[in-house]
Order: sequence, then C-alpha cells, then structure tokens
Amino acid sequence: MLIAILLGFVFSLFLVFTGKFFKGKFSILAAGIPLALFVYFAQFISRISNGEVISQFHSWIPAFGVNLGFTLDGLSLLFSLMITGIGFLVFVYTSAYLKGHKYLDRFYGYLSMFMAAMLGLVLSDNLISLFVFWELTSISSFFLIGFNNTSRESRKSALIALAITGIGGLSLLVGSLFLGSITGTYSIAEMLTMNPEIASNPYYILVVALIFGAGFTKSAQFPFHFWLPGAMKAPTPVSTYLHSATMVKAGIYLLMRLTPVLGDHEFWNTTLIIVGAITMVYSAIHTLFRTDLKGVLAYSTISALGILVFLIGQGTVDALTAAAVFIIVHALYKATLFLVTGIIDHQTGTRDTTVLRGLRKVLFPVAIAGFLAALSSAGIPPTIGFIGKELTYESTLHFGNMAILLMVLIVITKILLLYAGFVAGIKPFTGSLPERFEKTKMPSFLMWLPPVILAVGCLVFGIFPGLIEGSLVKPMVSSMGLDESDIHLKLFHGFNVILLLSVITIALGTVLYFKLKPTKKLEAWIAKFEKFSPQTIITNSWAFFFKFSNGWTNLFQNGYLRNYVSTIMIFLIALTGYSLFSKANFAVDFNSFSPITVYEAATSIVMLIAIGYTVFTRSRLAAVASMGIIGYAICILFVIYSAPDLAMTQFSIDTLTVILFVLVLYKLPKYLKLSDYKMRIRDGVLSIAFGTIITLLILEVLAEPKSSEVSDYYAANAYILAHGKNVVNVILVDFRGSDTMIEISVLAIAAIGVFALLKLRLKKSDQR
Amino acid sequence: MEILLAIMIGVLYAAGIYMILRRSLVKLILGIIILGNGANLLIFLLGRVVKGSPPIIPADSDVFQSVYADPVPQALILTAIVISFGLQSFAIILIKRAFKVVKTDDLDEMNAIDKDS
Repeated sequence: MLIAILLGFVFSLFLVFTGKFFKGKFSILAAGIPLALFVYFAQFISRISNGEVISQFHSWIPAFGVNLGFTLDGLSLLFSLMITGIGFLVFVYTSAYLKGHKYLDRFYGYLSMFMAAMLGLVLSDNLISLFVFWELTSISSFFLIGFNNTSRESRKSALIALAITGIGGLSLLVGSLFLGSITGTYSIAEMLTMNPEIASNPYYILVVALIFGAGFTKSAQFPFHFWLPGAMKAPTPVSTYLHSATMVKAGIYLLMRLTPVLGDHEFWNTTLIIVGAITMVYSAIHTLFRTDLKGVLAYSTISALGILVFLIGQGTVDALTAAAVFIIVHALYKATLFLVTGIIDHQTGTRDTTVLRGLRKVLFPVAIAGFLAALSSAGIPPTIGFIGKELTYESTLHFGNMAILLMVLIVITKILLLYAGFVAGIKPFTGSLPERFEKTKMPSFLMWLPPVILAVGCLVFGIFPGLIEGSLVKPMVSSMGLDESDIHLKLFHGFNVILLLSVITIALGTVLYFKLKPTKKLEAWIAKFEKFSPQTIITNSWAFFFKFSNGWTNLFQNGYLRNYVSTIMIFLIALTGYSLFSKANFAVDFNSFSPITVYEAATSIVMLIAIGYTVFTRSRLAAVASMGIIGYAICILFVIYSAPDLAMTQFSIDTLTVILFVLVLYKLPKYLKLSDYKMRIRDGVLSIAFGTIITLLILEVLAEPKSSEVSDYYAANAYILAHGKNVVNVILVDFRGSDTMIEISVLAIAAIGVFALLKLRLKKSDQR
Repeated sequence: MEILLAIMIGVLYAAGIYMILRRSLVKLILGIIILGNGANLLIFLLGRVVKGSPPIIPADSDVFQSVYADPVPQALILTAIVISFGLQSFAIILIKRAFKVVKTDDLDEMNAIDKDS
C-alpha cells in the first residue's frame, strides 16, 4: 500500500527528468498511473465488503509515536476509488485539454503529487502522517491554482487558498497533538474505543473546535468558503479534480473519520448542523447570481459540501448513509459538469451563461453528459441523485424537534441546486444555436469521453443501486462505527411525505429555472453586498494587519542609526538598572582598593580633559588629536598596572590610527553643528546614565571574589609546557595560537579591503 | 585606585555613546574607538589590577614566585586592540571613499541619497 501511495510522488519526481517525453504525444501515458492504482484499489472491494479491514504499518519516528500506518476500510476505500478513478479520467482529459501546453509535464507532476498526497491522507491511520499529507494536498493545490503563473489573479487566488487551508492545517496539527496527549496515541484505530474518555476530557471542546477549523477551511464551509470560488482560476481539470471531487472532500473525510472518536456529543452535532446549514443555503442562493459557469459550479459545490457537513452533524445511521451516497452522487455529477464546462470553454472560448445556447447541435455527446449530470444533480429519477436526495430528506425528517426548520432549509437548498445544475448542464445546450458558435468543433474523444463515462455512472448506479450498496456504502457506514445492516438503497420507496417533498422540489426548481434567467444585472446587484461578505472582512483585516506591521516596522527600523542606538541604550539602561537596583546591595569595600597615587591621578585628569575635548571640539583634527591623547593615557595606565605588552601595542596602534585619520581628514570639510540643543541634552542624559550604570556595575563586580583557575594554569605551564617566560605572549602565540592566526587573517582581509578602496577608481557615471 | 578607574571607564562609555549618537560619520567612528578603549579598560580592571609585577616569569625560575598580573585579560585586550585597528582603518578609508562619492559625512543625508537612487 505504501508503494501505491508513493507511486505518485515517484512519478512526479520522474517527470522532472523525462518531462519532454510526456509533454508531447505520449502525455496520455501519464494516465496509466491512476488507472493502475484504481485497479489496485478496486480488487479490495470484495474483501472490504466482507467486513475486512486491511492495515499496514511502517515505523517512521517511533520515538514520537509518529508512524506510517495505513488502513483500508470502507471509508478510505471509497475515497481511494474516487481519487484514482476520477483522477484517471482527469489525466486523460488533461492530455487533450492542455495539449501542447508549454508546462504540461509540470502540470502532470503537480497533479500526480496531489493524487499521492490525497491517497496518503485518506489511508493514513496516524494523525500526524495524516497532517503531513493534508499539508501536501494544500501545497499541490497552491501550485495548481497558480498554474497560470503569469496571471496576477491566479497568483492571488492561489495565495488566498494556501493561507486559508494552511491555517486549517495548523489547526489540525494542534488538534492532533491535543488528541494525542489525551489518548496517548496518534493512531485513529486505537482512539476508536476511547470516545467516552475524550468526551469527558476538559479539553474536548477545544479539540473539536481545532478539528472543525481544519475541516471547515479545507471543505470551504462558511465563513471560510471564499477561497473556493477564487480557486476556480485553475485550469478546469484541476477544478474538477481538486476543488470539486476530491480535495475539498478531505475536510468531510476528516469529520467522517473522526465521527466515532469525537462524535455523538451535543457540541459536535449542533455546530456541524448550524455551519452546514448556513453554508448550504448561503452558497445555494449565491448560485442564482452567477453568470460564469464555473462560478455557478463553485458555489453549488460549496453548497453540496454544506449538505454533507449538515448530514454528518445529524450523526444518525440514516444521515451518514445519506452522506455516503451523496459523496458518490456529488463526485459523479459535479465532476461531469466541470468537465462539460471545460469542454465548452475550450471549444467556444466563453463560460458566460447568458450567451451560451444551443450547443447540442455541435457538441452532442457533451450535451448528453451535461443533461444526465443535471438530472442527477436535481435528484430526478432514475439517476443516483434521486436516491441521495431521498435519503437526505428521510434522515432530516426524522431528526428530533428541529426537523421542520431543517427540512425547510434543505428543501430550499435542493431547489436552488437544481437550478444551478440545470444552468450548468442543460442551459448551454438548449435553444437555438447563435451564429458565433456555429463553427464550434467537437473536441477529441479523450475530452468528451470522460464526462460521458461519469454521466453514465450517474444513471447506472441510480437504476442499479445494488452495485454500490454492499460494495461501498455499507462498509463505509460501518467504518464510521454504526450498524449498517438495515441499509437498503432503492429508487422507489412508496408514496410518502418524502416523495411528495421530492416532487415539490423538482417542480419548484424547474419553475425557477424557466422563470429566472441569469443576467449580468443580477450579478452586479449581488456584488453590492460584497462589502459584508466574510471574504471582504478577512481580506480587510489582512490589509489592516499589513498596515499595522508596516507602521510598527517603520517605527523601529527607521533607517537612522542613532535611533537604533538610543532604543538599544534605553532598554539596556532600564533593564540593567532595574535589576542592579532591585537585586544588588552595593557593598563596596573602599578599603580593599589600592590608594590613589599622584601618577594615576595625573593620568586620569589628562584623560578626562582629552575626552572632554574630543567630544566638544568643533575641529575634526583637534578631536582626532585628543583621541590620540586618550589612547596614550590608557597606555600609561597599562604601564603602571604591569601590562608592558599592552602598553606597547596600544602605543603603536594609537599612533597609526591618528596618522591614518589625519591623512584622510584633511580632505573633509569642517565640522558642522548638526544637532540642535535639545537633542544634545537628550543624548547627553542618555550617555551619562549609561556611563553611570557601567561604573556601578564595575564596582559591584569588583566586590565579588575572582576565579583565576585559567590564569593559574597558563602561569604555571607557560615555561614548563611552552618554554616562554612572557605569559601573555605564550598565550597568544602558543596556547591560543590558532586564534591568533585567524586574527591575523582578519587583519589581512581588512588590509585588502583598505587597499581595494584606495585603488578603486569610480567611473564618471557612478559619481555624483 | 580601582574606584578612579571605574569612573574613568564610565566616562569613556558615556563619551563613546554620545559620539555614536551624533550625525557626523567621523564622530561616529571616534565614538566607536572611545567605546572600544573603555571596553578594553573594563576587561583589564575586572581581571584585577596589580602594580609593578608584569606576567613575566623571572629569569631564574620556571614558575612565578610571588603575585603577578593576570595574563588572560591582557591577552584578550591585546587581540582586541589589534582587531579594532583593522576595523578602524577600514572604516576611515570607507569614510574617505564615501565622502568622495556622496560629498557629505552627515548620516541623515546619506540616508536621503540612498532613498533617491
């Protein structure tokens, strides 16, 4: 199983080297990978439907409990089949859709990377590896949405999608860590029996909220839904595959997978029902105002995801059965509609529903596919969509005391979705063919066959629901920890309330379709409400955040050295001063100090005068000269305090510096008084405060006993080990010889720098 | 005497910081040099000062017989002095070049020039 998952990654890596081969005539061969995987997973159907669960285990980071454990049960089997099956059709479709595209190989690389990540996601038993694959799907989705990387809009949409799903990913990670620390394991299989313990844990609400954060962002639930319509900037095969059939269902998958672990709790059920209901109604209403076919489909996809969340929230056997069937239903008809839209776009160059008409005359097989998919989406018998809708109604109707309200919401949603399906699947093909589309050509069969196959699936599974009942739906419900033995899928349930509601839905929806024509005017009208939409609110808060951080950065990183220095100084003074005054006790023992002799006092006075002169003089040359005097005074101090080597070095270096300065300075203009009086006072106070702190610090340190182990070692061994009597020299050239060598290299580099700067001759154009 | 040295170091630090806060590039470098001198003295003082007994082993013995000045801070300071000379000489030449190009040693004006280009 590990090989099956990694195959996609290997293939995308392989494409890096063999891209040219797959870009040309042989691009169709890429579809072999998903086909092989589909066959591989399909052979497990009979074993899974007998109630078997296939597990595999590979150690990864056992120390942290992170392992590559894979479980194939009803739930993951259905998703794996969807991923590979639709993946195969999309791969085939792409070979024609992007024929001759410059980056077709790159596209296949992203696509197969995504497929592998998605398979890993649905098969992972370990929450951490699930998280890794989850993030990989987000990243590959980012590349695919931004595939037209020359378009600014594409790049922006890709970033928004990545940001939203990325936040969800982090939320999943934190939620998983919490779950791991509550249960002591990251294996979902091991958590299954711990539901009561988790539910009674004080962090239960937090864990569920974090998992919801992940599921809702990935599956585009209100108020995070807006990245999905933006993601439609991607080429249509991507919209079909990622943003309708598979990736956006990852959130649904997560919720279903964790239903037995976290579910059956009031917070879990209520939140899901509310969020799902808002999402399904909100975005179903939005479909009325779209004139872009892909926009219609995007919002109807969000609405369908809302229905799924709504059903998972109900949590009953009926509801989860309905959800399982609806996943299949939706994958089949929505993928068809997307592929049909892609063909229309590819052949006519437009996706505008207000101008597309009568295309059945030129694109007949495509029209059939669109028609069947629209029927299934509308829930008209004998398509599988009808079964899905009936199950949804039935479970909602029997759901407690809120049933009436929920029923109204779901019926409204279904009516609107019927409209959306008809607009996307039927409207472009009916009516008279406008002149501009008369020359529209049929695309290659590689393009029209995939939607037809899916559309026929809508019909066949509807007429023979037994095909999926035992093989897919029952194992799936049982893997969510529920009893599946009572499930029977059939088209006709007898005359009852549900059938009546179905009839009402279909009738009202059809009326709506014939009465309401999508127009630009309506679209413009709804755009007025854009101000209040979550998208605007979130992007505005981003903009605010950018502004804030900009201002914050400019406040501190303002490009003036003295501001940086003063900021650092102020904090240093405040922090050091605080701990000095609050903790130290200033036990300065003046008696321990040696007495002041006249030499020292005289040297200090000279130094003091020189410092004052350096700071306050108006002449540069005088400043440099008095700086030299400071150096000489220090030199004398070194002599007095038994440091002859230091004195010699200081003397020669100081002399050299002054000479160098003077050589350079005679060219510079006179000092200008640049700072005003106030600024000088401020800086003066700051520096005096800092100097005082340093003095106090020194006195405080001097009161502490000194440790001299290191010095004693050097002193004792200078002659014995290194045969030198001047200990300072021995340290520098022997004990720490390599340090000194590096120091010399630094000096050599500085010398090269100086030489280069002196010899540099700028061109006239570079000079100002 | 230590108290006097401590005060001198404080003064050197204060003067160094004050010079660094000026707008003139030359003053900035003078400030860094003064600050460096202060730091050298600080290390020197914290190694405790001793008069008249340099860390040189007497000619007639293999080890020290009496008190001696701590050699480790001295070795550190020696390195520091030499390295700071490398820094200073490079900085001084850089001022010269920069002045040739931008015709000012005012840090603020250099900023402005940077923004224009």
